[in-house]
Order: sequence, then C-alpha cells, then structure tokens
Amino acid sequence: MRLDIGRRRALQALAAGACLLAVRPASAASAELDPVLREVFGGREIREGRVTLELPRLAESGNVVPVTVSVDSPMTPQDHVKSIHLFAGKNPQPRVLDTQLGPHNGVARVSSRIRIAQSQQILAVAVMSDDSAWSAAVDVVVTITGCGD
Amino acid sequence: MSRIGKPRVRVPESAKRGEVFEIRTMVEHPMESGFRYNNIGQLVPRHIVETFTCTYNGREIFRARLHPAVSTNPYFLFHTVATESGELVFTWSDDQGGVATISARIEVS
Repeated sequence: MRLDIGRRRALQALAAGACLLAVRPASAASAELDPVLREVFGGREIREGRVTLELPRLAESGNVVPVTVSVDSPMTPQDHVKSIHLFAGKNPQPRVLDTQLGPHNGVARVSSRIRIAQSQQILAVAVMSDDSAWSAAVDVVVTITGCGD
Repeated sequence: MSRIGKPRVRVPESAKRGEVFEIRTMVEHPMESGFRYNNIGQLVPRHIVETFTCTYNGREIFRARLHPAVSTNPYFLFHTVATESGELVFTWSDDQGGVATISARIEVS
C-alpha cells in the first residue's frame, strides 16, 4: 500500500514536471508577442505540441524565408484544424500570416515565404475544431535583415 | 484601380476521388511593407496583398490573411481532397483595391 502511494506521488510529480515543461516555451515567447497573442486568441491557453514548424535555422536573407507549418490532425469533420497562424515578435508588425483550413483540406499543412527582420523566435499556432490551441517555436538567425527589400 | 501582377497556380489536371492533392500558388506583388525608406529618406507607402482565397466549385477551401511580413510575390502551398470534377478559383486582393483572379480545372475520376 505504501508502495502504491509512493508510486502515485511519483506520477503526480512527473505530471507536474511535464506541465511545467509544456508551458515553458509559450512563456518564453517574447514579451512583444503577449499582447498580440491575447488579441488573436483571447485568453485561450496555447499549449506546445501537435504543430511542426519547419524553417531554416540560419537564413542568409531575412527577406525570403521558406516556412512550412504542419499539424498533427486527422482533418475529419469532428476533429480538424480551423486555423494556422504565424508570428514574429521582433518584426515591426509581429503578425505574419493567418490561414483558415477545414476538413476538406485533407492534411493540415501550409507553406509560404516570409520576412524576418532580425534573429528571433518564430511562433506557429494552430487552433483546432475543439477550440484548443497548439504551438511550435523555432529560433532563426538571419544574416541580412528582412526589411530592406 | 491598382493592378496586381500575374498570378500563377499549379493544380494537377486529374485526381482520384478522395485523393489529397497539392496546390501551389504565387502572385506577382511588391508586398511593400510600409516600414521601408526610399533612397531620399521617404517612407514608402504600404502596399500589400491582404487576402487570398481559393474556392473549389464555389466552396471556400482556403483563406489567408497576409500581413507585411509575407515576402514579395506571395507564395502558398496547401492541399485539398478531390471530391468532384470542377473549377478552383484563386483570388488575391490588395489594400489599394487591386484584385487578381485565376482558375484551374481538375478532373476527378
């Protein structure tokens, strides 16, 4: 019995640790982004996971940076991605792109090309059909800034 | 009315019903951010594509809201499920009233 309680405590501690880990990247999203995320998503919790953000870690030119966002979703009428959003907190305008999708897309994947004004963290957020929000962030180093062209 | 440059799309000519196919689009547009100065120190006015939509037999399947950080000649790649033969219509609208439209046909078997 004592063993059992010990195991439960250990599991609780583990779960708490996992929560901390999951929350950390969202709070690490630069302070510039906080008001913007509130504007777009209200007070909704944005969890890390389910989203894959593909960007070059080192972009020679910040003017044209290829980006692909994919979301782990079955894309069924019951369970699908409603929207995908991109943010660059250190750009003069942190909102980059908002896209709307649905089950008719079959897969939740969008590619584009964006400007990155200076080395920073890029954030992708996906909103699901159950209104939960998921995210991924990638640090990008740019050698030529993306506002001169 | 301001002019938007030439749009280009790549859509497969045919697909099997239920198949997910890829759509690539691009339109020629300066995407002038409004944050840039010209060589005599004047701010270049903002001129960007603000919305892009794609419809499949009249039903909207993709919509994007663009901000100044989308690169010159906006490019999008996305997917959709082949449901029936018909027409995909792509429309770009900019903040100076410019509009560009192109359509593509797909045969679904």
